Amino acid sequence: MTVYPADLKYDKEHEWVRVEGDAAVVGISDFAQDQLGEVVYVDLPSVGDEVVAGETFGEIESVKSVSELYAPVSGTILEVNDDLGSTPETINSDPYAGGWMIKVSVADPSQLDALMSAEDYESFVANEA
Amino acid sequence: MRFSPASCDDRATMLAAVGASSIDDLFAAIPEPVRLGRPLDLPDGVGELEVVRTLRGLAGRTTPATSLVSFAGAGCYDHYVPSIVDHILRRPEFFTAYTPYQPEVSQGTLQNIYEFQSMICELTGMDVANASMYDGATAFVEAALMAARVTKRSHVVVAGSVHPEWRVVLDTYASSGAITVATCPVTDGVTAAASLASMVDAQTAAVLVASPNFLGHIEDLAAIGDVAHAAGALFVAAVNPALSGVLEPPSVFGADIVVGEGQPLGSSMSFGGPGLGFFACKDAYLRQLPGRVVGRTLDVDGRGAFVLTMQTREQHIRRERATSNICSNHALNALAAAVYLSAVGAEGLAEVGRSSIAKAHYLHDALVASGLFEEVWKAPYAHEFALRYTGDVQDMQDALLERGYLAGVDLGLVDPGLDGLVLFACTEKRTRDEIDSFVREVVSL
Amino acid sequence: MSADVTKTPSSAPTRGPRELIFETGSPAARCFELPPLDVPEVGAEALAGQARTSAPALPHVTEVEIARHYHHLATMNFGVDSGPYPLGSCTMKYNPRVNEDACRLEGFAGLHPYQPLSTAQGALELMVSLADALAEVSGLPAVTLQPAAGAHGELTALLTFRAYHVANGDARKRVVIPDSAHGTNPATVSMCGYDVVTIPSNERGGVDMDALRAALDTDVAAFMLTNPNTLGLFDENIAEITEMVHAVGALAYCDGANMNAIMGKARPGDMGFDALHINLHKTFSTPHGGGGPGAGPVCVTGALAKFLPGPLPVRLGDGSFSLVWPERSIGRVRSSFGNFGVLVRAYAYVLALGGDGLRAASEQAVLSANYLKERLKGAYPLPYDRTCMHEFVLSGGKLRKEHGVHTLDVAKRLLDYGFHPPTIYFPQIVDEAIMIEPTETEGLADLDRFADAMIAIAAEAVSDPDLLHGAPYTTPVRRLDEARAVKQPDLRWRPAAGE
Repeated sequence: MTVYPADLKYDKEHEWVRVEGDAAVVGISDFAQDQLGEVVYVDLPSVGDEVVAGETFGEIESVKSVSELYAPVSGTILEVNDDLGSTPETINSDPYAGGWMIKVSVADPSQLDALMSAEDYESFVANEA
Repeated sequence: MRFSPASCDDRATMLAAVGASSIDDLFAAIPEPVRLGRPLDLPDGVGELEVVRTLRGLAGRTTPATSLVSFAGAGCYDHYVPSIVDHILRRPEFFTAYTPYQPEVSQGTLQNIYEFQSMICELTGMDVANASMYDGATAFVEAALMAARVTKRSHVVVAGSVHPEWRVVLDTYASSGAITVATCPVTDGVTAAASLASMVDAQTAAVLVASPNFLGHIEDLAAIGDVAHAAGALFVAAVNPALSGVLEPPSVFGADIVVGEGQPLGSSMSFGGPGLGFFACKDAYLRQLPGRVVGRTLDVDGRGAFVLTMQTREQHIRRERATSNICSNHALNALAAAVYLSAVGAEGLAEVGRSSIAKAHYLHDALVASGLFEEVWKAPYAHEFALRYTGDVQDMQDALLERGYLAGVDLGLVDPGLDGLVLFACTEKRTRDEIDSFVREVVSL
Repeated sequence: MSADVTKTPSSAPTRGPRELIFETGSPAARCFELPPLDVPEVGAEALAGQARTSAPALPHVTEVEIARHYHHLATMNFGVDSGPYPLGSCTMKYNPRVNEDACRLEGFAGLHPYQPLSTAQGALELMVSLADALAEVSGLPAVTLQPAAGAHGELTALLTFRAYHVANGDARKRVVIPDSAHGTNPATVSMCGYDVVTIPSNERGGVDMDALRAALDTDVAAFMLTNPNTLGLFDENIAEITEMVHAVGALAYCDGANMNAIMGKARPGDMGFDALHINLHKTFSTPHGGGGPGAGPVCVTGALAKFLPGPLPVRLGDGSFSLVWPERSIGRVRSSFGNFGVLVRAYAYVLALGGDGLRAASEQAVLSANYLKERLKGAYPLPYDRTCMHEFVLSGGKLRKEHGVHTLDVAKRLLDYGFHPPTIYFPQIVDEAIMIEPTETEGLADLDRFADAMIAIAAEAVSDPDLLHGAPYTTPVRRLDEARAVKQPDLRWRPAAGE
């Protein structure tokens, strides 16, 4: 059914993280997009903004729901996926590649250790569902 | 029981199905101490004939403005309502329906709201409008709150020439601490851009003004808008839509949000309610818009259809972070406005405005010429104006009431600072004969 | 199907979508003209240079085109007159026609809000009499009729609470609400400058007393509760709840959306509530108008009376009627005195039913709901299986898990059976919630027809889930692309360029 790439790390709010050197690319998991239904809007921070691990960095909306996005790690926003403004549904169709949301410079690499592996996340999701 | 089709036998059937021996069994969850152990202390119910008799009796103990020659305005106007309007309002498919949450069986309400939104945009020059608010006053306050969200500032400056009731409503909502309000003093019946400029700064979320203002005068919207924008504040203008056929829409002067009281568009005065708040703004602020909005989309068969949209702004989804708590609005009054505007069209609306303005000016000049009234301010006015009466206002109004006239609104009762002034309004319903007779009666007092 | 299509000429009128009113008529068409102007015209120069330079693009239609346009729109709507409308928490009861006539009497509809009070005595008397009746039904003696809707009533009450606390030296910081609350409750709390604290419901669907105890302290301004709650259950601990709230100096607010369950049976004032709003457009039979206008009068204790918005209509010692301002009024929450036209309708209802009739209406509403609950709980799980009040909440969770059919599908299929669906996906604490409120104005035959339809749909969900996924089939339009409506907002018609 759902797939969780093994090269990513995950948090309990269903964000994924891909480590690229000193930076972390963040999106939401396939499970999360499936729960939301068709994504119609994402509100993301701007380049240069600071995000704090465990705190919200944006919002994601379907037609009849709005959910907060939580930063898996702290750091400064390096890039934002502006394409999602016009095609937010990419988060549904391609959550791990085209659906990426922000790229953050990781302030404290130890925060990455606190995240779940794909295997752990899969059992976390199984328990939640 | 009236209005309930269930018979005694039906009730017995239902009780048996539920497994209850009596109706009171069903209320067992209500603890004894909080049960009302007595009948309600209200009169017994009566049949329709007696209901009608009682209500006709009460209605008979009023002398409605519509039965008089009325020159009362001050936010509520006696315009002619074409017959077709009420015939459509009485369609039960419209008035007995709930909020159109099931679009497949609510296309009538939804399409009407879409058309209403379009008409409000046309009148105001704005990009988007919502499905309606309670009244002009609450729409005005919602505009201030929205401006605070958009600008992330919390101080607003309101023109002192705005309707006193609206300003009280603004202050009342502001008592929550969400915004602070400063009032710009009135100079010669209008808002002076210079005094406004001294009150507006980088903390100002919005400058709010009405034009024509409460005193009937046309404000210098361009200058006021410039003051607001120079400080990075939003410019909120309230308008009377009955004059939208003859006055430029506030968009021309850079308004960011336009609101108003839509009662003049097809709603009866009804002692001041229900009226119709309308709310329109620029596209850029759409996500901060309060209240419902209808959009056009397609159904699965590819047909154009209408639906409540952008709902994540609203209380049922965003809860404590919603753009407003508003849920019910004034959809039926919005229907009245849409039918009214369809009936009069752009030409008719312009005629209503021109006629109301011409009659107000005729009355104004005749009253001043009588020598009994003095002009207070020279500022341009539309279909409403204030004059100082040289005698006792109450005595004058009482005497004219005896003769079948509602002689304007005694401003001293609305704002003690305006004691001695009378606010007169004309709509297209007034005739030259009525105005001439009224002036003769005033002179004869 | 194809046979029907060939029998229907392509030019036949349809119940389907209709062109916009802007696209109807012709450029020269007019419906309405004023008589010739009988006073001198006022030139544009009098308008401070603000004379309109380009006309608004309004419809160009004749009266017959208006009549047909709105007739067509009306046929695409479902109202209470169209059939059963068991929309939970909305109390879609029949709207007596005499009420519609009453509010249009010239002596009411023709009143100007600034008329001398001597010329509006009957209107003031009506308001005083209605307020008295609402005070008796609620057990709370002071009433403002100003609020235009339920949410507006909530706001009025919380601003009144704030003024009360401020007068006692501290506005306080938080308002506690249960997780089953209507969305207007938390939204109102925010608008009134308070933070929301949400507490869970207990396993019986009532307030979790431990959670409430833990949430209450002297920073709490109020606890807001709908009772009966949004599950249709009366909270048995109500007296203890309001006592706990008062013990920390906070005030208890009752969301009166569900008053139709308890008229003449129990009163929020006797339960210890300090304030209540009543939705006249629910409990007191005034129509919903496709989304309003309603009216949300607020009833409060004597201690809060002096903070109510003004002016209040009152009966004077000499039997005449006037307006007064409460001593420490919060101000106004709107223009004028309230949605007077709605108040007239509600008063007509009070007159018609009387005290016993109001009680009987609540009794029948509760009986109807329990009857439907018993008929349906075999076909749909009932998470809180207790005697309900005027409404109950089923779960579509089983249909989703076992057959991939969502509550939305069930609701859409009901449209094909000729019923307006219940409230769905609320309260949020029930999975795939189906919230059913039949009201007292549905007879046994219609209740049975509705139950039969719901049971038939549950069977269809098993035998042919795709049938439900595709429903409705018989409505003027079918399911809409709501995502498209958000992503490509089309919120208004625009004239073609150059028009």
